[in-house]
Amino acid sequence: MSIEFIYPEFEVIRDQSRCIGCRVCQRQCANEVHSYDDDLKILKSDESKCVNCQRCVSMCPTRALKIVKSDCTLRENANWQNNTIKEIYKQANSGGVLLSSMGNPNPLPVYWDRILINASQVTNPPIDPLREPMETRVFLGKKPDKIERGKDGKLKCNLSPQLELSMPVMFSAMSYGSISYNAHESLARAAKELGIFYNTGEGGLHEDFYCYGDNTIVQVASGRFGVHEDYLKAGKGIEIKMGQGAKPGIGGHLPGTKIVGDVSRTRMIPEGSDAISPAPHHDIYSIEDLRQLVFSLKEATEYKKPVIVKVAAVHNIAAIASGIARSGADIIAIDGFRGGTGAAPTRIRDNVGIPIELALASVDQRLRDEGIRNNVSLVVGGSIRSASDVVKAIALGADACYIATAAVLAMGCHLCRTCQSGKCNWGIATQRPDLVKRLNPEIGSKRLVNLMNAWRHEIKELMGGMGINSIEALKGNRLMLRGVGLNDRELKILGISHAGE
Amino acid sequence: MKRVYADEKWCLGCHLCEYNCAFANSGTEDMVKALKDKIVYPRIHIEDTGKITYAVSCRHCEEPLCVKSCISGALGIENGVIKIDKDKCVSCLTCILVCPYGALSEGDGGAVQKCELCLENSCGEPACVKGCPNRALVYEERCDV
Repeated sequence: MSIEFIYPEFEVIRDQSRCIGCRVCQRQCANEVHSYDDDLKILKSDESKCVNCQRCVSMCPTRALKIVKSDCTLRENANWQNNTIKEIYKQANSGGVLLSSMGNPNPLPVYWDRILINASQVTNPPIDPLREPMETRVFLGKKPDKIERGKDGKLKCNLSPQLELSMPVMFSAMSYGSISYNAHESLARAAKELGIFYNTGEGGLHEDFYCYGDNTIVQVASGRFGVHEDYLKAGKGIEIKMGQGAKPGIGGHLPGTKIVGDVSRTRMIPEGSDAISPAPHHDIYSIEDLRQLVFSLKEATEYKKPVIVKVAAVHNIAAIASGIARSGADIIAIDGFRGGTGAAPTRIRDNVGIPIELALASVDQRLRDEGIRNNVSLVVGGSIRSASDVVKAIALGADACYIATAAVLAMGCHLCRTCQSGKCNWGIATQRPDLVKRLNPEIGSKRLVNLMNAWRHEIKELMGGMGINSIEALKGNRLMLRGVGLNDRELKILGISHAGE
Repeated sequence: MKRVYADEKWCLGCHLCEYNCAFANSGTEDMVKALKDKIVYPRIHIEDTGKITYAVSCRHCEEPLCVKSCISGALGIENGVIKIDKDKCVSCLTCILVCPYGALSEGDGGAVQKCELCLENSCGEPACVKGCPNRALVYEERCDV
């Protein structure tokens, strides 16, 4: 036992002078950290089970609780840091692959934070979004290269199917199974109210949510879970998931314990069986193969729905995107290495893939150079954290952004990064009925709508400052960006000048 | 009239409504001072069947049996809200016996206590509803009562 012992990461500090013994903490902790001592008439805690999700802290009516990082540490060592050593212990104990959840937490460069936005002064007027109209609407899909007119001089309208978004943000793929029914309902309701889209992920679409179809993107992933004709026709667009930023190059694994009831029915697999998505699509080994799937899906939906191909940002992303743009896909979604997940091998999450900022800039440039930028729209995700990240992404060349971590945060997630346990105290990444009910979709959807409305205001403010009154005029407008503290190589890839230039 | 309605679908059984109720009716500004190391007397309580939990408090019936059965005239109706005059209550507990919802209880000091919608205490609106973390309690006007 002693050699296996790892000192708990957190300490639960209870101010006994404030604790009124209401036992909310005990009742709300799915990890069973808190317990009531009937003899002593006090609440106690077992910090070894604590994941620092802050549920008890948020619910305590007298603010008697706080969770702090334990200061019981191993001897300091810049090379062998505490975490590194504890991971070795864990693997020596278990012999297993380490699992993690949510996005890469390591202090790798965040390029968004080293890019600054321009504003108008004297020679060109800024625009006040409260007084003048501002257009945040965008259309995603293949755009015509030129205007064509018939012999009668009238416009030829043979536009490919488009997705219309009221603002350039969508909720990215999170499957029903990895997140709860109530989380999906919150996303669906919010997407409908906002005039944007949410994404089913690869878990199929629950029959209750077909009514939100006009604001749904249905995903087809390597496991093909829950895919059938009605499903494909239910959404407004179809996404082929080739990869995910948090775990490029590997598939997914939803454990059998989460495949219960409606999740099993929606995925069309037996209860209790593990849902394993293969790493590759076994029918896609080339761009030509991808083209076949793109057109199979278009054929199945009578060419009425745009097809998105989602890939993780990896080393040759520009060449890959160039191939996808020629495959018949209407939209390319690129997911950066900081993107979240419900579970991924730690080594892959923390070491595979590239930053979305660099991937986006190089893809946009490559598609322009090759004259095929109009073939596709570009959607980027992988830790878009704020309205300013959105504005910077658009100026770097994106048509829209995907957000998921920000969305689950709005629904109550406290980023404790233990989704893989299935015991989410906030009712998001769980299928336990008593935990799922903790997320009331009325509250969840309202908070999502609030967040997006706040971002929309901020996007307008930022655009107004630049003297720009529509997203279209901001798109790919890299002159509006400057780098700070970036080297020549980074600036060249991003296609921006340094601040002061 | 606006009433407090419970929805067991969203009730987490956290019992916060009970503590918020007891605090709101304590007459003190400090929750710790009001409730720490004391037996609390909430006017709302959680029914817990093991699988389902929901909060129960006075329905403010239009034809309340409690008022009809009150032998001392302590219970009365004021603008639709059923109120109790504790000075008049003789603790016969007949009202507790007749209430079909189990919404009345014996309070601290023997007199019966019941939900009066926090209209006159420091909260000013039902404290149980205000503090419910999952909107399992709502305070609204419904026509089908």
